[in-house]
Amino acid sequence: MELFIDMMLLSMLAVTALAIAYLKDLFAVVMLAGIYGLLSASLFATMDAVDVAFTEAAVGAGIFPLLMLVALSITGRYERSRRVSWVALALVSIVGILLIIGTVDMPPFGSPDAPAHTHVAPRYIEQSGEEIGIPNIVTSVLASYRAFDTFGEVAVVFVAGVSVLALLGMAPGDSRHGTDRSLNSMRQHKVLRVVSKILIPPIMLFALYVQFHGEYGPGGGFQAGVIFAAAIILYSILFGVGATKKAINQGLVRFLAAFGLLLYGITGVLSLLTGENYLGYNGFAETATNAQHIGILVIELGVGITVAAIMIVIFVTFSDRLNIQEKR
Amino acid sequence: MMWFLDIASALFLGIGSLLMLTGAVGVLRFPDFYTRMHAAGVTETLAAALILVGLMPQAASGLMFSKLFLILLLILLTSPTSGHALAKAAIHSRLKPQLGQTTVEPLATDTGVS
Repeated sequence: MELFIDMMLLSMLAVTALAIAYLKDLFAVVMLAGIYGLLSASLFATMDAVDVAFTEAAVGAGIFPLLMLVALSITGRYERSRRVSWVALALVSIVGILLIIGTVDMPPFGSPDAPAHTHVAPRYIEQSGEEIGIPNIVTSVLASYRAFDTFGEVAVVFVAGVSVLALLGMAPGDSRHGTDRSLNSMRQHKVLRVVSKILIPPIMLFALYVQFHGEYGPGGGFQAGVIFAAAIILYSILFGVGATKKAINQGLVRFLAAFGLLLYGITGVLSLLTGENYLGYNGFAETATNAQHIGILVIELGVGITVAAIMIVIFVTFSDRLNIQEKR
Repeated sequence: MMWFLDIASALFLGIGSLLMLTGAVGVLRFPDFYTRMHAAGVTETLAAALILVGLMPQAASGLMFSKLFLILLLILLTSPTSGHALAKAAIHSRLKPQLGQTTVEPLATDTGVS
């Protein structure tokens, strides 16, 4: 039965990917990309990788199509040319063939002898209960054993946001006090506005639940940040970016984006001061498990703050660009 | 008491699955966007709600029951709204509903329309 579900999901993934490659209407492509994200999330869920599935559902099916839609409203809906570039085709074919050759040497799917299952994974599974003391092994790997890798990931998110700001944020004629006409047709939608007013507070509450429940179940800073940002982006789509700017100071959001990353880094420095390795939390409290709890809670908070703030910054910057374009 | 709950949940699950099936057939067979969306809307709201209600008596704990109830609440709020948004978006992009064509014309000549 599970094999059947896997096969169905994988073939639907292939069909969606082909449709994305063939379609010229970028609006439909973005919608299909969201469906692609949802399908891969279901695939991860059938593989019992619930944390990854949650992230994929929140990012791939949630915030990615939203940001792409805003980008589309700036650039235009249809693909311009359909010339086949033979160099690109050859390059893609060669890389594809190399990848297929590479999979020949890989261990079979789900094999217990695979290097990934024999190297450090047994230690994580057997020891994390005593060493970290939280039920969700994924979180203990992500936020304690591999905390430095996660630091890198948060830094990547931060750099992405800063690059968007550097490219689009400093545009001439910053429309901070201008009339807000972005996504103007949405402003008449009474039903959507009423329902969203009911739904936005529970969404934010759910984000906080995901944030602080990450040690016990699927969840954590990345998912929580994305969900929180999605609530605010929903608000600005329905009520205008101007209303969002009035409600939330954009300078504060930019500050928070940096602050989350800083919180993460400072936790590492503090752990150095207690005589441990960088991001080794054992010196924070009397017992090792208590110290790990504190460390994981703080760095997850840093991740959540940075991710949420960066998503909001990217959305608001895109919308500002749209406003400037409409004025011209 | 238990057999009563079992029968009730079986009834709800059965009706929900049947509605889901009819919804899927409707999405495939109906002629234009708006009628198809009607079929999808029935599936999304009524069938999903019935299946959730059918699952509720089988919940092992109060926590699971309340989770199912929250999902039900969310579905009752979001899926009619998303249907509304879809229909409004279609009206905005000037998609005309097909009116009276299936009754006037025989089905064989109707192939090129949808």
